[in-house]
Amino acid sequence: MRHLLSAADLTRDEAVHVLDTAEAMAATQQREIKKLPTLRGRTVVNLFFEDSTRTRISFEAAAKRLSADVINFSAKGSSVSKGESLKDTALTLEAMGADAVVVRHHASGAPHRLANSGWINGAVVNAGDGTHEHPTQALLDAFTMRRRLCEGDITGQDLSGRRILIVGDVLHSRVARSNVLLLRTLGAEVTLVSPPTLLPVGTDAWPCSTSYDFDAELPKADAVMMLRVQRERMNASFFPSVREYSRRYGLDGRRVALLPDHAIVMHPGPMNRGLEITADAADSARSTIVEQVANGVSVRMAVLYLLLSGEQPDLQGEVVAP
Amino acid sequence: MNRARTVLEAPDIQRALTRIAHELLEHNKGSANLVLLGIPTRGVALAQRLAERIASVEGTVVPHGSLDVTMYRDDLRRHPVRPLERTNIPETGIDGKVVVLVDDVLFSGRTVRAALDALSDVGRPSVVRLAVLVDRGHRELPIRADHVGKNLPTSLTERVSVRLLEYDGADEIVLSEPGSDAAGVA
Repeated sequence: MRHLLSAADLTRDEAVHVLDTAEAMAATQQREIKKLPTLRGRTVVNLFFEDSTRTRISFEAAAKRLSADVINFSAKGSSVSKGESLKDTALTLEAMGADAVVVRHHASGAPHRLANSGWINGAVVNAGDGTHEHPTQALLDAFTMRRRLCEGDITGQDLSGRRILIVGDVLHSRVARSNVLLLRTLGAEVTLVSPPTLLPVGTDAWPCSTSYDFDAELPKADAVMMLRVQRERMNASFFPSVREYSRRYGLDGRRVALLPDHAIVMHPGPMNRGLEITADAADSARSTIVEQVANGVSVRMAVLYLLLSGEQPDLQGEVVAP
Repeated sequence: MNRARTVLEAPDIQRALTRIAHELLEHNKGSANLVLLGIPTRGVALAQRLAERIASVEGTVVPHGSLDVTMYRDDLRRHPVRPLERTNIPETGIDGKVVVLVDDVLFSGRTVRAALDALSDVGRPSVVRLAVLVDRGHRELPIRADHVGKNLPTSLTERVSVRLLEYDGADEIVLSEPGSDAAGVA
């Protein structure tokens, strides 16, 4: 693994390897001393062109637990607000000796551009680009599902045969796309449940099925993942009213009761309580929402470890001894 | 070209482990406070076997587990990414205990240094001891073993392969020259 740009880039074995590595990382986070010396002397830059609390903090915690130096760069209050281009920002980071750049950008494809332009030498991790992808979120969701749904020694296991519902605003969600791709790679069956107006064009080509009837899908689900209704990205009216949306596509206590006993309720956060999920569903015993945040640190530690700990290839792809 | 030769057969390995188990008990004056931690991969099985032998002599079960040292190694940047192994600390913990690190081959001493660092992040043992099946010399750090199954003088170019029933289907220690058919690096 050289960069982590898309969940689609991971093979089944690579994805399982990330999850197994994350399990080892999670075990170290139970200790009194959580810091590991593994990435001492490496520099990780968090390059955030878009607001984010949990993803940035999660990456920062992950890098610091592995003893890497962390530089946080947010577009607000930086030269980007003076009109600096992505290229010049990247060259600046390269000059500062960044070994990895964790990038969130409002434009889909920005991390890909950063990784393949030759502007920087380090590894690029996509922390969310536009409405395209958010691969570490998909990995932490898969990690959470594997922990909750698989039994016995989960090392090496994938999610084959599990049925996952992804519900809500798929159109504006990068989490949904990354999850569909990764869960399919891991062998799960994914169903998107969403009003037609909030399904992006072309989902018939995605490796999943779609449904408009939430209640009918619930009894066969192993996990139901609620997506946030991204009102800040909505420039048209996608549903008649908030009340109608909640009634047809919101998760409440009645719908939770329709789930099988072992099924879990997930949400990538931040939640709109009362819109896509009610408080009693979000706070129920089968909700993994807080657990997902903790798992996010372990998964991001695993990603940084796998990208940064070994010998580093130079720009021509040759291996150079440090 | 095959210049591999078996330097320890299965009965030799069993005798060496039995002796180490007795040495541990003698030195510790019993099995109280002992915790055996194997260094993956083969150290884990050796720690398990030592625990079984101690149980058969003393009748008490000694806590044993594994300690992965990968993230504490000083050569991570000289190799492709290493997969992480399992760390399994017994529930009794290691604070105030006599921890015995168990590994198959003692060579440069760098693995043991990493293990000592890893150990200090897990807890604070009262004593740390080191038991190895083979000491092949060529230390690069001021580290020595307290209990050695077999001192094996080697040249730097030779390979020592420890094969154990649990992983390789047979118990033997093979010394080979590079270029020979023997697999595995010590």
